[in-house]
Amino acid sequence: MGATPTEMPIPVDWYLYLSAALFIVGAAGVLIRRNLFVVLFSLELMLNAVNINLVGFSRFHENLVGQNFVLFVMAIAAAEAAIGLAIATALFRNRQTLMVDLFDRMKG
Amino acid sequence: MENYIWLIPVLPLAAFVITLIFGKWWIKEASHWLPILALAGSFGLSFAAFLQIRGAEEPVVVELWRWFSVGSFQVPMTLQLDQLSAVMCLIVSGIGLLIFIYSVGYMHGDGGYYRFFAYMSLFAFSMLMLVLAGNYLVLYFGWEAVGLCSYYLIGFFYHKPEAAAAGKKAFIVNRVGDFGFGLGVMLIFVTFGTLDYSGVFRQVGAGGASDGVLIAIALLLFMGAMGKSAQFPLHVWLPDAMEGPTPVSALIHAATMVTAGVYLVARSAVIFASAPTALLVVGAIGTFTAIFAAVIGICQKDIKKVLAYSTISQLGYMFMALGVGAWAIAIFHLMTHAFFKALLFLGAGSVIHALGGEQDMSRMGGLAKRIPATYYTLVAGALALSGIFPFAGFWSKDDILGSVWRDGQYLFWAVGLITAFITGFYTFRMIFLTFFGKPRMDEATGKHVHESPWSMIVPLVVLAAGSLLAGFLGLPGRLGVLQGFLEPVFAPANHVLGIEEHTLTAVDYVLMVVSVIVAALGIVLAWFMYVRRTDLPALLGHRLRPAYKVVYNKFYVDEFYAATVVRLTVDGSRWLWRNFDEKIIDGAVHGTAWLWQQAGRAVRPLQTGRVQNYLLGMFAGLFVIVTVVVLL
Repeated sequence: MGATPTEMPIPVDWYLYLSAALFIVGAAGVLIRRNLFVVLFSLELMLNAVNINLVGFSRFHENLVGQNFVLFVMAIAAAEAAIGLAIATALFRNRQTLMVDLFDRMKG
Repeated sequence: MENYIWLIPVLPLAAFVITLIFGKWWIKEASHWLPILALAGSFGLSFAAFLQIRGAEEPVVVELWRWFSVGSFQVPMTLQLDQLSAVMCLIVSGIGLLIFIYSVGYMHGDGGYYRFFAYMSLFAFSMLMLVLAGNYLVLYFGWEAVGLCSYYLIGFFYHKPEAAAAGKKAFIVNRVGDFGFGLGVMLIFVTFGTLDYSGVFRQVGAGGASDGVLIAIALLLFMGAMGKSAQFPLHVWLPDAMEGPTPVSALIHAATMVTAGVYLVARSAVIFASAPTALLVVGAIGTFTAIFAAVIGICQKDIKKVLAYSTISQLGYMFMALGVGAWAIAIFHLMTHAFFKALLFLGAGSVIHALGGEQDMSRMGGLAKRIPATYYTLVAGALALSGIFPFAGFWSKDDILGSVWRDGQYLFWAVGLITAFITGFYTFRMIFLTFFGKPRMDEATGKHVHESPWSMIVPLVVLAAGSLLAGFLGLPGRLGVLQGFLEPVFAPANHVLGIEEHTLTAVDYVLMVVSVIVAALGIVLAWFMYVRRTDLPALLGHRLRPAYKVVYNKFYVDEFYAATVVRLTVDGSRWLWRNFDEKIIDGAVHGTAWLWQQAGRAVRPLQTGRVQNYLLGMFAGLFVIVTVVVLL
């Protein structure tokens, strides 16, 4: 909001490139990493990639709704992290490991 | 009269429902009261209806409700009362009432006491529905219901394998006849578009169907009658039905239910009169059955089996009468036969009761002095069955033989006369073996012999009086009260056949004397063989060994059926079971299961159990969808 006409604004594309890069890194982490904690971290990365996307568009459209939305996403992410870590703790107690590829009891 | 006709069948139905529900725990040993009172009520109402219908030209038809209503197929639940159904109602409820009272003494102490009276009430309801029906479908309902009751009551002692088998046999053999009857009813509807008696008969009278169709209808109806009335070749179930309790044999398998076939043909008299070919078949089958069953009756050892074959033979006489268009006389013989055959069965039951369950006549003898009341009433019944003047059987049997003679069917007449001789012989063979000579039972049984309780003797005496007097209702020629009473029912059929009212001539008297002499000769021969020269039967049996064996084994009809129809059915069913059911039906079911099992096995590896793999799948899918959406 503090942009003055003399300054050169950051184009919206840049936000999108950054957001996409972060999202792909996060998605790859979720799909590939074996450690449950790292998978959870990667999930946070994906969420934050979305946040950057929202903020970027919010600025581009000069509309606060997008930033408003980001606050909700952060709250949800916090709750999700709490539940995810609780599940991780419970899993570790039962299986003494957090390697995701070892959790295949539902194999057909 | 329209108001109370429905009560005639409904009273026994109510007694049946209440006795069946409460009999086992509450009513128990008092189970006989309700059925007896209900049937007495039916009898009273039947009598009132009988008095009111006298001389009426048109039948009284009551439509209770619309039973079937499907497009053009409209069948109301109608009851029809005319002179014929009034007479039948009186026979069913009157004879039934006496047999119910007799059963109080006979069935006393049986574990299924309440069950017995419940089924008997259901039978009374079904039979009254049968005779009161106003169209062929209601008749069919009653017809099947009496068959069902017959099955229940033949297999009453269901713990005995023979009784259970006899019940099944009766049901299955009857099913053969009922199949024809059912087809006949359908053909009637297809041809005339209605099932009401009045509508059908009016159209038949107006020539509403071709000769071929009428013959087909008549023969199909007669097929049902052959099953229910045990005519050759569907007679095999009736002797086996003697496995039931004796009162059941008396009521159902002698006096009432087996006459349903006679009633059906008499009821459809107009149809049969318009199809002379079918009428000839009825007469021929009846005549053949009469002599066929009488011959078998000569060699039976079981007292109830003798009576069973005599029933078949007498039913044959009734069909012989129907076959020459003597409708009223057939109904007359039906009535007198109901009296004396019920009497004979109940008397035989009294003998069996006295001997503690013994039915084999070769272990009876010398009972005349020990159980005199049974003896005298039973002799009255035997005289009536043999057709000795002035007992009831004389009047009705001679009316039949006389009308057969007048119709010019001399062959039928000759066979009927020979049958009368055999009837006299086997009936009195039974009497002499049972009551005369030396006692042949073992000592313990001999000491135990006792006269039956009053509840059994009173019905015997009433029936004996009936056997003596009922014949006077149907004196020959113009004197016949019953024939005159039934005139309005059979007038259309007689008109078709051109039968005039008949005045007695010298020929009739000669015929009567001849038939009495012939029957008396049979009795004398029985006396000679079984009282005078008791060594003769064994000697003759030895000399005529092959003939004796054939007759004793009932002409091997049962064996013939077992080797052909039954064998074919059983083998065919087994073949179908092994090949069609197990291979094709089961194969299809198992094959379907196998198919899906294999399909499941093929795609099972996809389910790795690893969340990341699933997620990868979702991303890949998303990628494909987005790509497609963006690019197209």
